[in-house]
Amino acid sequence: MRMYQHRGAVGRGLAIPLVVGERIAARLTIALAIFLVAIVFLNISALAADAAMAPQGVKSEKGVTAWLIEDHTVPIITIKFVFGGGTTQDPVGKEGLAKMMADLLDEGAGDLDSDAFQIKLDEAGAEIGFGAKRDGIYGSMRMLSGGNQAAFDLLRLAVNSPRFDQEPVDRVRAQFLSGIIASQRDPNTIADHVWQSMIYGAHPYSRPGGGTKSSIAGITPGDLKAFHKANFARYGLQIGVVGDIDAKSLREKLDLLFGDLPQNQVLTPVADVAPKLDREVLYVADLPQTSLRLAFPGIAFSEPEYYPALLMNNILGGAPFTSHLWEEVRDKRGLSYDVDSDLKHNQHSNALVVTTSTRADRAVETLDVIRQTISELAEKGPTEAEVEASKKYLIGVYALKELDSSSSLAAALVEMQAEKLGIDYIQRRPALIEQVTLDQVKAVAKKLLSGHPAILAVGRPMKGLCR
Amino acid sequence: MIALLQNNAAPVPDASKDEAQVGRANMQSARMDRSGPPISFLPHTDRKPCRLQNEEHITLPQALVIARPPQSEPPHKLSASWLRNAFAGAALVLATTAPVLAANDGGRVADFLLENGMEVVVVPDHRAPIVTHMVWYKTGSADEPAGKSGIAHFFEHLMFKGTTNCAAGEFERAVADVGGSMNAFTAYDYTAFHETVPPSALEEMMGFEADRMRNLTLSDEVVETERDVILEERRLSIDSDPQAVLDVEVDATLWQNQRYRIPVIGWMQEIEQLNRTDAKAFYDKYYTPNNAVLVVAGDVDPDAVKELAEKTYGKLPRGPELLPRIRPVEPEQNTKRTVTLTDARVSMPNFSTQWVVPSYNTAKPGEAEALDLLAEILGGDTRSRLHQELVVKQGIATYAGALFQGDMLDATYFIIYGSPSDDAKLADLEAAADAEVARIAKDGVTRDDLDQAKNRYLRKLFFDQDERSHLASRYGSTLSTGGTVRDVEGLPDRIRFVTPEQVKAVAARYLMLDHSTTGYLLPKTEK
Repeated sequence: MRMYQHRGAVGRGLAIPLVVGERIAARLTIALAIFLVAIVFLNISALAADAAMAPQGVKSEKGVTAWLIEDHTVPIITIKFVFGGGTTQDPVGKEGLAKMMADLLDEGAGDLDSDAFQIKLDEAGAEIGFGAKRDGIYGSMRMLSGGNQAAFDLLRLAVNSPRFDQEPVDRVRAQFLSGIIASQRDPNTIADHVWQSMIYGAHPYSRPGGGTKSSIAGITPGDLKAFHKANFARYGLQIGVVGDIDAKSLREKLDLLFGDLPQNQVLTPVADVAPKLDREVLYVADLPQTSLRLAFPGIAFSEPEYYPALLMNNILGGAPFTSHLWEEVRDKRGLSYDVDSDLKHNQHSNALVVTTSTRADRAVETLDVIRQTISELAEKGPTEAEVEASKKYLIGVYALKELDSSSSLAAALVEMQAEKLGIDYIQRRPALIEQVTLDQVKAVAKKLLSGHPAILAVGRPMKGLCR
Repeated sequence: MIALLQNNAAPVPDASKDEAQVGRANMQSARMDRSGPPISFLPHTDRKPCRLQNEEHITLPQALVIARPPQSEPPHKLSASWLRNAFAGAALVLATTAPVLAANDGGRVADFLLENGMEVVVVPDHRAPIVTHMVWYKTGSADEPAGKSGIAHFFEHLMFKGTTNCAAGEFERAVADVGGSMNAFTAYDYTAFHETVPPSALEEMMGFEADRMRNLTLSDEVVETERDVILEERRLSIDSDPQAVLDVEVDATLWQNQRYRIPVIGWMQEIEQLNRTDAKAFYDKYYTPNNAVLVVAGDVDPDAVKELAEKTYGKLPRGPELLPRIRPVEPEQNTKRTVTLTDARVSMPNFSTQWVVPSYNTAKPGEAEALDLLAEILGGDTRSRLHQELVVKQGIATYAGALFQGDMLDATYFIIYGSPSDDAKLADLEAAADAEVARIAKDGVTRDDLDQAKNRYLRKLFFDQDERSHLASRYGSTLSTGGTVRDVEGLPDRIRFVTPEQVKAVAARYLMLDHSTTGYLLPKTEK
C-alpha cells in the first residue's frame, strides 16, 4: 500500500481554514481529531511494545533458532526464512543456478516426484514458496494450523531432500531460457544489464541472477545438488514465525524442518562494493517515454547515519504526493506519473536510487528538475517541520504496515535477524527515529546528495548527458 | 472483484528495482505491466513466479491507481466473519485440512443506508488496531460520455487537488501523520478512494472523504498539469509496452458494442482534450452519497461507524437520482476475430483467446460460479489442465492458463493464453490449448477434478482474502457491480454447490472456438 509522507509544516494541520455555520463545528472536530491523533501517535510505541508484537526467541534442541510472534486468533501459521548467500553464490559461468535451484525445491523431494509432491501439497492445503535474491534464498510456507501437519513434512522434504530430477530440471530450464529470450529485445531489460555493470563493475551483483542462455544451458542436476548442499545449513539461516503455534511446538518443528541440515554453509566470500557513481549513460531506444535512473551513495542499517538518511530519503522522494521530487516533477510540472527515491539495501552495497519516466521530448527538462531538487536538498536541507512530519510518518507506518499482516510480520522478523537489529527492535525503533536532529538530516543530505550520481537514460537521443 | 482477487494479478513493481527481473518472472512481465488493478488490494502470495504465471499473465480489467505502491503487501489476516463463512463452506470440501475454527470475536458484517442514500458496510476485525476506510463510487470508465474517454480516471486524480475547506496536500499530510496509507483506483465499473489508518483517525478520514465528495475546487492550471500526468501514465502503462498496445486493441475487437471496448485510461487523443468543464460535469453527476458505497473494515464497531458516518457523510445532501446503469450490451458474435501485433521489442510470441461470457451480475444462477471453476480447472494454477498438459506433459508451452473475470457490471470475458517453449510453434500451442477447451466442452469434468478445483478456489479465498483491505475490496467491488453483501458472504457456498454438469454446460455454451477473439503478439522476425 502506498504510504505518504508529509511535505509542509506540521502546524498547518491544525490551521484548517474555517468556514461559516455548522462547518465550523465540523472543522473544529477535525482539528480536535488531529490533536487526539497526535496524542495517540505518542502511544504508538506503546502499541508496538504490546506483548503481542514482542517476538520471542525460540531455540530448538539442535540449535536452530527462530523468532516467533504467537497469534492464536486464526488457525494459520506463517513461516518465513532465508539462507544467506543467494545469487552471489552462482559460480562464474553458472549464473542462474541459485534461482533455478530455488524454483526446483518443490518439484520433487524425498520419495515424491514432482507430480506426487505437488498433489500432496495441494491436498495439505498449504502454500510453499522459494525464491533466490542477491543475498539469500528465501522460503515461506503458509498453512492451516489445525490437526493436519502434512505441510510441515512437505516443507521438510523440500528443504532437506530436493530431488532435482531430470524432467523438472529440463522443464524449469526451458522456462528460464524462454524468460531470457522473451526479454532479450526489450530495451529496458537490456538497459538494466547496462545499469548493473555501470554501478557494480565486475562485482557479483552485476551478473544476471536469472542467468544467460549459455549458463542456463550448462546447469546440471549435479550443480543443483552441490549448490543446495553448500547453501542450506543451520548457520546462516534466519527464521521468522507468526501465528497459531506456541514456542514448544515450534521448537519441535524447527528440528523437524531444519535440524538435519549441515551445521555450516560453504560460501564463496563476497566483497563489499561501493556503487560506481559519476558516470552518465544514454541507452538509445526508440520509445515514447524516456526512463531515468540516478544512483547516489546509500547507507547501511548499521551506520549511525541510517535514521537521518531514512528521514532524508522520505522527504526527498520516499513516497508520492508530498515528497520534494513528487511535488517538483509531478505536481507542479506534470512531467511524470511516477517519481521516487529509494534507499536500496544489499548486504554488500547500498545506494540511494531515484527513478522516473517521462515523455521523450521533456526528458532533458525532467532530468534538470530532478538534479535541481536534489542539489537544493543537499545544500539547504529540509525544514524542521519536514523532519518532524517524516518522523511521525516513519514511526506510525511501521505498526500499520510492517506489523500489519502475519506475512509482513514474519518477513520483518527475518529482516531484523539478518540485519542484526536485535529482538527488541520493534520497541526501540520509535526512539531511534525520534532522536534524529535536523542537523543530522541536513548533514546526511549533504553527504549523500552532493556528489555526481550515476545516471542512466533509456530512450531517444537527448541533450544534457555529456559524459 | 471476486475473480480479480482470487487471481492474484498484482503487477507489483519490483521492490528492488535495481535487481534485474530475472528467472521465470520476466517472461510475463511484458504482459502484465499494463494493468493496474487495485494494486494494493490484490493478494500477493510468496509463491514463485511460475505459480503465479497464470494469474500474472492475464488481461485484467484495467484499474488504474493514482500512485503506484512501492512494494507488494502480502496479506495474511483473516477477517472473522468472512473466515467463518468461507470456511464453513470450505470445510465440507477440504475434509483433509479442516481445522477446528474457533470463532474469534467475530463481529458480524453490518450494512445499512444513510438517510441520503449512501450505502455502508462495516466489517469488524479486531486483531490489529488498524482500519481500512474506502469510498466506492458506482461509476467507472464504462459510464463516461461518448468522446470523453479517460474522464473517470482523470477525475479520480483531480480528487487529490484540494477543496473549499482543505488545501491540496492536507488530506495526504493527515494520513501521513498517523503513518497511514492512501490511494485510489479507477476501473470500468467503479472508482474507489481509500485510506488505512489507526482507528482513532477514522473520523478524520471520513471528514476528509466526505468533504471532497462535494467541495472540490479545480483550477484550469491544476487540471492541465494533472492531464500531463495522466498522459505520462498512459505512455507508461500502454504505449511503452507492446503487450499493452495489443491488449487495448484486442479489447476493442472483443467488445463491439459494450463500453469495455474503450481502455479505462482512455484514448490518447481524447485524454488530450479533457478539461475542467468535463471534470466538473462528471463530478456533479456521479460523486454523490446516493451513488457511493462506504466500506469500513478493521478494528471498529458497527454502531460507532454508523454514528461517525452520520456525522460526516450523513451531512451531505442527497444528489440527483441517477438512472439505472443500463449500457449498450454485446450483440451475438458469429465470427472468429484475430488481432496481431508484430514488434521489434518482442522475442517470444504469445496468444490469448477471449470469449464474451456472463458476469456474476448478468449470469443465470450458478453460471458465473461454474465459469470460475471452469477457469480454475482449465488454467487456474499448476495443477490445471492447460499447465499439466501443455507445460508439463507436452512441453510445448512456457506458460499457459485461463481466467474468468466475474466482477463486472455487464457481460465479461473468459480468456485462455499461452506462450510456446523455445522449440515449439505458436500455432501448435494454440491448437493444443483449443483442444483442451473442446475436450472439456465435450467430455465435461470428473467429480474429482471439480472437488480439487473447489478446494483450490476456496483455499485461495481463505488465504488471499484474509486482509482487511482485500475483504473491503470484495464488498466494494461486488456492491459496485450490482451485487449485495449476501452475495459476497454466500460465494463459498455457491461454489460448493456447482456440479460437473454445470461446468460442462458453460464450457459448451460459451467457449466456442469459431466464435472467439484471439490476440497474437509476435516478434518482428518470425522464429
